[in-house]
Amino acid sequence: MELQTLTYIVVGFTFAVYIGIAIWARAGSTKEFYVAGGGIHPIANGMATGADWMSAASFISMAGLIGFSYQGYGGSVFLLGWTGGYVLLAMCLAPYLRKFGKFTVPEFIGDRYYSNTAKVVAVVCLILASVTYVIGQMKGIGVAFSRFLETSYEAGLTAGMIIVFIYAVLGGMKGITYTQIAQYVVLIFAYTIPAVFISLELTGNPIPQLGLGSTLLSDGTYVLDKLNQVVTELGFAEYTTSTRGSTLNMFVYTMSLMIGTAGLPHVIIRFFTVPSVKAARQSAGWALVFIAILYTTAPAVAGMARLNLMSTIEPTPGNYLAYDDRPQWFKNWEKTGLLQYEDKNEDGLIQYSADKKTNEMVKIDNDILVLANPEIARLPNWVIALVAAGGLAAALSTAAGLLLAISSAISHDLLKGIIRPDISEKAELNASRIAMAFTVLAAGYLGFNPPDFAAGTVALAFGLAASSIFPAIMLGIFYKRMNTAGAVAGMLSGIGVTLFYVFQHKGIMFVQSTSFLGDLDPNWFFGIEPNAFGAVGALVNFIVAFVVCKMTAEPPKHVQDLVDFIRAPHGAGDATSH
Amino acid sequence: MNNNAEAYWKANVSLIVKLLVIWFVVPFLGGIVFVDTLNQISLGGYPLGFWIAQQGSIYMFVILIFYYAKKMSDLDDKFADGED
Repeated sequence: MELQTLTYIVVGFTFAVYIGIAIWARAGSTKEFYVAGGGIHPIANGMATGADWMSAASFISMAGLIGFSYQGYGGSVFLLGWTGGYVLLAMCLAPYLRKFGKFTVPEFIGDRYYSNTAKVVAVVCLILASVTYVIGQMKGIGVAFSRFLETSYEAGLTAGMIIVFIYAVLGGMKGITYTQIAQYVVLIFAYTIPAVFISLELTGNPIPQLGLGSTLLSDGTYVLDKLNQVVTELGFAEYTTSTRGSTLNMFVYTMSLMIGTAGLPHVIIRFFTVPSVKAARQSAGWALVFIAILYTTAPAVAGMARLNLMSTIEPTPGNYLAYDDRPQWFKNWEKTGLLQYEDKNEDGLIQYSADKKTNEMVKIDNDILVLANPEIARLPNWVIALVAAGGLAAALSTAAGLLLAISSAISHDLLKGIIRPDISEKAELNASRIAMAFTVLAAGYLGFNPPDFAAGTVALAFGLAASSIFPAIMLGIFYKRMNTAGAVAGMLSGIGVTLFYVFQHKGIMFVQSTSFLGDLDPNWFFGIEPNAFGAVGALVNFIVAFVVCKMTAEPPKHVQDLVDFIRAPHGAGDATSH
Repeated sequence: MNNNAEAYWKANVSLIVKLLVIWFVVPFLGGIVFVDTLNQISLGGYPLGFWIAQQGSIYMFVILIFYYAKKMSDLDDKFADGED
């Protein structure tokens, strides 16, 4: 069967399943809409968290970035950062927030810091981080749809926006929880099956995690040694050792992603849906197991995709592929505008090198590599169709989870919590849907000119969450003396510093023309790139919070009692409203 | 806060601190700061430092969380007896 027809069938089938589940479990009351009644098993919740968590950034974008622009070892920042955060989540946040037993992160901040100001600041930080995150998803969705519909990136993005919106509005958290289990299954098979095939093809070892450390069937050298040799011949840095910027940059980048993980509202909100404090801890563990399956496969996908792409373009050293003989996948991706070739020396051959002057692969958008990978490796068509379905599952599930976090922050925390407490449930649901629509439009609009590849954009979102929400929650639990003034000053200065740094290099709200320093490394503070700056923002947050807290009065007795209450594991009820 | 709850919290925090030391040392020191030194050793076709950064740390994170969940579950039971 022809590839496009097959892709339509596979993608259409998976969508029918998700939408079917969403309708079947259609949210009734407000409480069900947000937290699915508070009774989901840790393994099921872990799987749904995995789908929620692994977005277009993990599925579509990450391996391409590791293999290409982060040059191998440098990509470790994503692998470490996006898994290590779960340790923080499991030990420092999830169990206590579950015990606290409310719906949202701003509710915790508002109650713990006995202040609507603190709550509003938390809502604003949450929205900034989540919207940035959705822009990253939109980039991924645009790439996937453009390939799958064989149109330009812009047309693909527009189609994607419409589907995300319909999808998120239909569901609600309950729909999303069960749908996400289905999505996890689709995305993990879609990611691992091609990796197994490719690993088998190159090394004879079916387990990609071992394949990357094995020898090639073709000439008996180790995969990584071969990669080092091939990339250095073209003038790129060595695959296994090239750091991303400096060691300091890698350190800060990884830290920023880790604490951002533990500060992102759509992930935290997951732990409100388990039955007990104990289940919250286990849930974080299971989530990471399901995530680790993809994350330990990704380095193999990255390395092998790079090797396969290089050997397609230059089968043997000095023997280049003629442009007229380019394979079908090359032509398909050219249509999207995400892969571009320019015959600089007019010899009709494709020369790929690190030197900008002679390199003829003028554009290889890193976000296409995972999707193109099975085609490059000439895997059967059904595998290629499955990967398209997996990429869309990853992007849709996360976008929907984020939209829910954003809309609940607006309708539940701001509107019902502060502005109009007497609002009816129905009006609250409607407000939340309107908020979703606006977010999709705004993020889609910004997605036409995304600040970075999908994973890079998402890294920025993590920086914002790391610098604002994580310190406020953590101090709220572990430091009883922390008061309103300290927390508010901390959040504002943390996110302020981060936003200032990011916007001066990337443009205000990522509109590039408003960038006043340009995204150039000589202008970076100690060589730290904007994507990594969240850790510095978090440090500022902690310091400012401590200093301000010491200078102001300690929190009232009932708040200190609240802290004691959330620290003790027993007597956690269902998640409730006020 | 009664003494029992205080002792529980202290035990929890000290467990967290111990585990976070491991959480920090393996990826940040083993996978980033001292990666070049560790890369001198190989693990099959992987240089060790590279393996820690792209594989090993992730496995360790999973183990850390389940170890913590297990220990805390024991601690919960221990203190629950005293409480009731």
